[in-house]
Amino acid sequence: MPEKTPGKTPQIIVDDLTLAYGDFVIQKNLSFTVDHGDIFIIMGGSGCGKSTVLKSLIGLKPPAAGTVRYARGEFWPAAPATREAMMRGFGVLYQSGALWSSMTLAENVGLPLGEYTDLPPADIRDLAAMKLALVGLSGFEDYYPSEISGGMQKRAGIARAMALDPAILFFDEPSAGLDPLSSKRLDDLILELRDSLDTTIVVVTHELDSIFAIGNNSIFLDAVTKTAIASGNPKDLRDHGSNAEVRDFLNRGRSAQPQEVSMPSDSPTRPGMARP
Amino acid sequence: MLPAQTSPDPVRLDLRSTGTGTATLVIGGDWILEAPTPGHSGLVKAVSTGTALTAIAFDTTGLSDWDSTFVTAILHLVQHGDDSGIRFDMDGLPQGARRLIDLATAVPERQGARRRSERPGLLTRLGGQVIETGRDTMAFISFMGEATIALGRFLVGRARFRRVDLMAMIEDCGVRALPIVSLISVLIGLILAFVGAIQLRPFGAQIYVADLVSIAMAREMAAIMTGIIMAGRTGAAFAAQLGTMQVNEEIDAFRTLGFDPMEFLVLPRMLALILMMPLLTIYSNVMGILGGAIVGVGMLGLTPTEYYLETALSTTLTDLSLGIIKSVFFGIIVAITGCLKGIQSGRSASAVGDAATSAVVMAIVMIIVFDGIFAVVTNILGI
Ligand SMILES: Nc1ncnc2c1ncn2[C@@H]1O[C@H](COP(=O)(O)OP(=O)(O)OP(=O)(O)O)[C@@H](O)[C@H]1O
Ligand SMILES: [Mg+2]
Repeated sequence: MPEKTPGKTPQIIVDDLTLAYGDFVIQKNLSFTVDHGDIFIIMGGSGCGKSTVLKSLIGLKPPAAGTVRYARGEFWPAAPATREAMMRGFGVLYQSGALWSSMTLAENVGLPLGEYTDLPPADIRDLAAMKLALVGLSGFEDYYPSEISGGMQKRAGIARAMALDPAILFFDEPSAGLDPLSSKRLDDLILELRDSLDTTIVVVTHELDSIFAIGNNSIFLDAVTKTAIASGNPKDLRDHGSNAEVRDFLNRGRSAQPQEVSMPSDSPTRPGMARP
Repeated sequence: MLPAQTSPDPVRLDLRSTGTGTATLVIGGDWILEAPTPGHSGLVKAVSTGTALTAIAFDTTGLSDWDSTFVTAILHLVQHGDDSGIRFDMDGLPQGARRLIDLATAVPERQGARRRSERPGLLTRLGGQVIETGRDTMAFISFMGEATIALGRFLVGRARFRRVDLMAMIEDCGVRALPIVSLISVLIGLILAFVGAIQLRPFGAQIYVADLVSIAMAREMAAIMTGIIMAGRTGAAFAAQLGTMQVNEEIDAFRTLGFDPMEFLVLPRMLALILMMPLLTIYSNVMGILGGAIVGVGMLGLTPTEYYLETALSTTLTDLSLGIIKSVFFGIIVAITGCLKGIQSGRSASAVGDAATSAVVMAIVMIIVFDGIFAVVTNILGI
């Protein structure tokens, strides 16, 4: 059990977690603690199992071994009913957005509000519009998910995740597909959410700018050894980390030297997204 | 690496010994996609000379044009060399090819990620099938159970779902199904009347065509045909809708927000079919009898009044209710199979297609089997 540092209350304690699809182990022996008020980054190369770890944290994927505890109690293993009750306190942004395609954006954000509060429909709509405005989507309340761009779907997904002002927010690659300005705004929003709503936030990302701008603790998953090879504040890992691979990952693209020859997909001219 | 202007020069391979255990592989010509090449098997054959080689260099000065097929073949050759203890010296390869090879081998293969593609033996497959069938049956039964619980919660007014979803489903399963149900039912009525007429006309008993059509429609055909139409139309749609939601993680999003997909997605669909199937069946009866009447009046010389009176006299309320009761069960079958297959669907486009197909097949089979059981039971009970 990780010891308590004064002033910090552990919010999520993961102990010796192993995740597998059938016989194919994705990650093993993961142990980490997310403290209250942390912005905890899960990083690592593509396909190393970040989304899978997130899925087990939010209760969608049973671990092959190990335990997950939240401040409110055992999560894995625990009775499904207990877990479901705890899941309601999470806000989740899925990697694919996962907006309900048969509902408008306002309905997507408003549905959890309507279900878990006694607010009248007009207030729910107002609240939904406010959450959409926070992510820069005011005016799009009555659009269907298929009528907006992928980056806008991501932002609407964030608005839905924030709908119930949950105690813990989980974001799977929030800034993937956003233009640099929106991405920056999103980082500010995440920091703001943490400070103003006293939320704990777990973010899966590999956008280096975001990692350093928002993260105060992190874990680095490795696909080859199938476990975490570094953890701690991302800036420390970059500057004084003992693991060369992690330092390499965190320094790439931020070094002042001209870029070495890179694959075409890394081209810096990602089409910017017009803000409505 | 532009396509060659002139016709490509065939590839020449030549292995020159340069000492004990060492050799140089001379490659010349055009090694490109558009031209026949020896492929990697040709390369492997060229270096398998019988004498044990330990190091091979390349000489590609005669290679005028190459593309990624060349790189692929060299990668295979290097793989072969790793297996049989030959070391390759890449220096003689064109510089671009060397860079591509470095790029392709930069990320080592993920251990355990490659799928084994051996074909299991007959017994293994048979056993696998049996286990899978058992698992499917269990899944179906527990899904039925969960659906029943959801229905129970609805009846006591505690189920959570969106009323607009229910309304949309009712519209889709009701009004929008009318045209196809009309068409099929009229035709079924016509066909029954023709079959009856062949038998009954020689006896001058064509008036009984009316009995035949109406009793057959009321007891069996209306419910079965409506069930099959709805399986193909609505069951497949349910499976595809829920399957797509599964692909988009939308169902996960319901789960984490504490919405039971059973209540939120399955219940409105099931309710819509439970409500609409009896109505569609009654409608189908009317249409079928109309089809019979077209034959009776148009070809058998009966008057509309005669036909109507005979129909009204012969068909009892029991016959009608039998069909209607069955239709409720058929509706449940269609809804459950469609939703089950959709929720179980894998996360890919082809998995969604498979889900829709198997939902339809399963629904139709279950409808027919259920109808058979019903026929035996009513026969024993003398209904
Ligand atoms: N349903 C599944 N069945 C089997 N294997 C899976 C399944 N889902 C994911 N995997 C495997 O798990 C591994 C990790 O996947 P995951 O989606 O967690 O990666 P990730 O770190 O989130 O990658 P990315 O950054 O690209 O989103 C992958 O190698 C993938 O092959
Ligand atoms: Mg992922």
